[in-house]
Amino acid sequence: MDTIRIQQQPFDAGAEIRQLIEADPSMGAVVNFVGVMRNMNEGDAVSEMMLEHYPGMTENALQKIVEEGRERWQLGSVTVIHRVGKLQPSDEIVLVAVTAAHRGEAFDGCEFIIDFLKTRAPFWKKETTTQGERWVEERESDIAALKQWNRQV
Amino acid sequence: MIDILYFARFRERLGVEREQVALSTPQQTVAMLMAELAERGDNWADIFKGTHQVLVAVNQEIVKPDSELNDGDEVGFFPPVTGG
Repeated sequence: MDTIRIQQQPFDAGAEIRQLIEADPSMGAVVNFVGVMRNMNEGDAVSEMMLEHYPGMTENALQKIVEEGRERWQLGSVTVIHRVGKLQPSDEIVLVAVTAAHRGEAFDGCEFIIDFLKTRAPFWKKETTTQGERWVEERESDIAALKQWNRQV
Repeated sequence: MIDILYFARFRERLGVEREQVALSTPQQTVAMLMAELAERGDNWADIFKGTHQVLVAVNQEIVKPDSELNDGDEVGFFPPVTGG
């Protein structure tokens, strides 16, 4: 079962993971990734961030990424929650949680979903620094992370 | 008519979030639409004819510039994504 949510309010990663575990007692592994807002970027202190998305398209893009993950690995349940709106340092931005019968598939599935989310799902960050406001640039390292998945059959 | 949506830095620089335009020819492609938008000059030219990487979605699916547009389509223009 997939849960995909985009929301302004904070999420409780512990509660979400607990729900995934209880959803299917045949699953022996749950791996999760929580993306957290940093107080630094490109060498500047960041005090605040504004996140926007493309309503409708973003949800569909996330659904597709999860389905691609399911084609590669035997995954149990998947939860993807992404916050939008105003965020402060140490706020949790995104949760990807994946269950599987064993840890290998759960690790791979979780990493695959966050790597594709970073480069394929329409979200944009604007940060407030001591220099003023600026849109965050895409990262080469995120694009490089995708390539490892394309190499794998 | 088609609906055009602009996101993130494009929306800010253009000062437009959403607009409706008529297709100028029956077989108009995304690239042709972008060339028309660039003719508006200033920031429009800079974004649609400059060095910016412009991603395009038609009906909420990423497409290539040679994709054809149809009446009633929703076209979204945005910069590379930075979520997560």
